Amino acid sequence: MKNWFMLTLVGKDQAGIVAKISAALYQENCNLGEASMTRLGGNFTIMLMVQFDGLTETLDRILKPVSDSLDLRYHVDSIDGELHHHREPDVRISVHGADKAGIVAEVTRVLAGAGLDILNLESDVAGTNENPLYVMNIEGVAVNGIPALNEALKTLDCGEDVEVHLSEIDILRG
Amino acid sequence: MSMAVLEILVYPDQRLKQKSQPVAVFDESLLQFVADLEETMRAGPGGVGIAAPQVGRFERIILVDVSCKPKIKNHGRLVMINPEISEQEGNVVGREGCMSVPDFTGNVARWDRIRVKSFDEFGSARTHTMEGYEARAVQHEMDHLDGLLFLDRLVSRRGSLFPRKVYKKN
Repeated sequence: MKNWFMLTLVGKDQAGIVAKISAALYQENCNLGEASMTRLGGNFTIMLMVQFDGLTETLDRILKPVSDSLDLRYHVDSIDGELHHHREPDVRISVHGADKAGIVAEVTRVLAGAGLDILNLESDVAGTNENPLYVMNIEGVAVNGIPALNEALKTLDCGEDVEVHLSEIDILRG
Repeated sequence: MSMAVLEILVYPDQRLKQKSQPVAVFDESLLQFVADLEETMRAGPGGVGIAAPQVGRFERIILVDVSCKPKIKNHGRLVMINPEISEQEGNVVGREGCMSVPDFTGNVARWDRIRVKSFDEFGSARTHTMEGYEARAVQHEMDHLDGLLFLDRLVSRRGSLFPRKVYKKN
């Protein structure tokens, strides 16, 4: 098998979605690669690498019935896919505090300017409607070194009720 | 003594899941094996530890050397035979990878400070107190002796707002 596709599925969450989608793909001789599924705001979301010897249209024919039956929307892109090419992060930045507009833009602007290449970003809004709490974890590669990121974070303007912590990721290989 | 780089078993090789037996005899062949084990560890890129079962010898032997890492407390090259943790405290999450699990790393919780009893390769008993990165390396390697891989201890990446012992607050 040669062709890789990126399948994105979004919709109302319910139990059993992953099992039904992956069974439909497996029955049509698709191979699955890396995937990321999470609930965002109560919605089911997944991005899935699918390897398939055929055209986007054929994949569409496989996906439409199962996607419709689960009331999901999907999108397929033909991609240049490769497995076994993970890059490892060397730094983690965690942000938490009062939820307010512009945190992501400000933090990532400052970090990008100091050479951070983001590999993984996850964020959540916790707390209550009255007092929302914003939590964000970023992992990446400090292209210009970690001191440059530390310096840049000193210029961050998010207010006193938002904390930003940077820690080095020193992978232990045993 | 000539040394050889041994073949590393790679998961899902089921031999990695078996429990290793204590070393009973400290002899010339043990010294030769330890030398080969060290050669194998140093041949791997960035390897700071290795356990005997990773090369298919199911005896309770580990080797750790984190002295290549800057600014980390360490005891240098440590050959630990029949190691046992006698005291432990603290809990810290860190990123681990393994020569037996290529192209994957994950977050694992370990004791932050441990006291370990073991024998050196000549059969002398001793005790080490260690912390942080070196303690993590020893726990990672000791897991191999019980057929455990770091894959068995992964903690979720998402929502891992774990307290770090050392962090810089902006």
